[in-house]
Amino acid sequence: MTLVVNDLSAGYGQLTALRNISFSVEAGEILAIIGANGAGKSTLLKTIAGQLRALTGSVVLDGVDVTSLSASARARRGILMVPEGRRLFPSLTVKENLQLGMSTGRKGDWNLDTVCELFPLVAERLNRVAGQMSGGEQQATAIARALVGNPEVIMLDEISLGLAPAIVVEFYDRLGDITKRGTTVLLVEQDVKRALSVADQVHCLLEGQTSLAGRNLDFADIAVAYFGTGQR
Amino acid sequence: MLGGLYAIFAAGLSLIFGVMKIVSLAYGAFAVMAAFLALHFTEATGWSPALSLLVVVPLMAAFGWALQRFVLQRTLGGSALPSILVTFGIAIIIENVLLVTESADQKRMSLGWIDTAALELGAIRLGVYPLGLFIFSLLLFGILALVIAKTQFGRAVRAISEDAPTVELLGIRPKTIYAWAGAIALALAAIGGVASGVQTSFSPTSGGMLLIFAFEAVIIGGIGSLWGTFLGALVLGVAQTVGANFFPSQGILIGHIVFLIFLAFMPQGLSGRVKR
Repeated sequence: MTLVVNDLSAGYGQLTALRNISFSVEAGEILAIIGANGAGKSTLLKTIAGQLRALTGSVVLDGVDVTSLSASARARRGILMVPEGRRLFPSLTVKENLQLGMSTGRKGDWNLDTVCELFPLVAERLNRVAGQMSGGEQQATAIARALVGNPEVIMLDEISLGLAPAIVVEFYDRLGDITKRGTTVLLVEQDVKRALSVADQVHCLLEGQTSLAGRNLDFADIAVAYFGTGQR
Repeated sequence: MLGGLYAIFAAGLSLIFGVMKIVSLAYGAFAVMAAFLALHFTEATGWSPALSLLVVVPLMAAFGWALQRFVLQRTLGGSALPSILVTFGIAIIIENVLLVTESADQKRMSLGWIDTAALELGAIRLGVYPLGLFIFSLLLFGILALVIAKTQFGRAVRAISEDAPTVELLGIRPKTIYAWAGAIALALAAIGGVASGVQTSFSPTSGGMLLIFAFEAVIIGGIGSLWGTFLGALVLGVAQTVGANFFPSQGILIGHIVFLIFLAFMPQGLSGRVKR
């Protein structure tokens, strides 16, 4: 399984927020997408998920071009996104949120029981209304909701946003359980050091363009690419 | 007891609005269309109008599915205006086609002896038909509530009304959910239309009145709540009936006034859930 993104551009209306992004990730790898606010990280994930139309380029999953497919069709092929801000259905219970996550109809290791094992936080709250839970519980539910769909690629958009560091550490510890089943993780993260600690590959965006990409990068180079200093 | 009829009718409207955010102005016209279908069916076969539901309801549901999937789906998007205009147009088309083919005469369907049968309960007399319709509407609401609460379709319906883009991210096709919701809504419109065709007379132009009652019931009950809609329909039915007792021939006006009082002082409705 590989996800190949080729020359991808996207934008909102007249504004092009993402220009000519290319990368490729193998099964079970973690790709960290880093960059300052407004660099286009979330836009990139939305375009891969199919929420946003690509202006140029393609998204290829396992050799199949999915660029023209809708977000729901891509989800059924295994490209699942945990959106920024979690986006649970607040009036539904945790269990109902998870049951909806199974709509992809995909077979695999993940089901209600296994995600509860992964996130005890979710297991204890199955019958709670999602909107009444703490941020950490909601984030765990949002990740679990994507996992029960048995993704090939799971995209996590700023899962640490607004959460206590202790909970964030717990989430990062779980990533290994996800990737060891062959699921690829695309990780958008503000906390660069944390992202680097788990990532196999790094893709740094600056103003919608790739400023640095690769494996085993030097932290000083990343800092330069992140802030765009030294190039101008 | 009149409330049972309004409840069936309003449930469909509530569903379309809750799920697709469409204000369907054609809803009354669909009910009248179903009533005419039932009328012709009973005239052709000699069956009772109740049995005609077995044919008319699936027919209207299929129509609702196709209409949602191929016509109304295209009106969905940023603004509510296109769907309002399109449904308004559909209502005018249906009304005029019916006027041309059916004439403007008042029509009625009959269930035979049940029409006038009544139960004596001490001081009050209860019509068998309104009572039966009321129980039937309770049953329908129970089934509908169960479907919404327990099935994957129901969960998707509730999720879509909260956050449609995220539902799509989970691999659900919103178009499919919308189409089925449209089918259920028109099935309910058909039942309501036929039931009202037995209760009172109907003509091609009576859809507008039915539509207003349904809207009033939905708003009194509180937008977005199924049982709220049921309660709202009861309140409207009681207001009209009691009003007619004091001011004969002004019952409907009293219903409107009660609705306006709710709109002025309790705009969130009986169920108290405000959806923005």
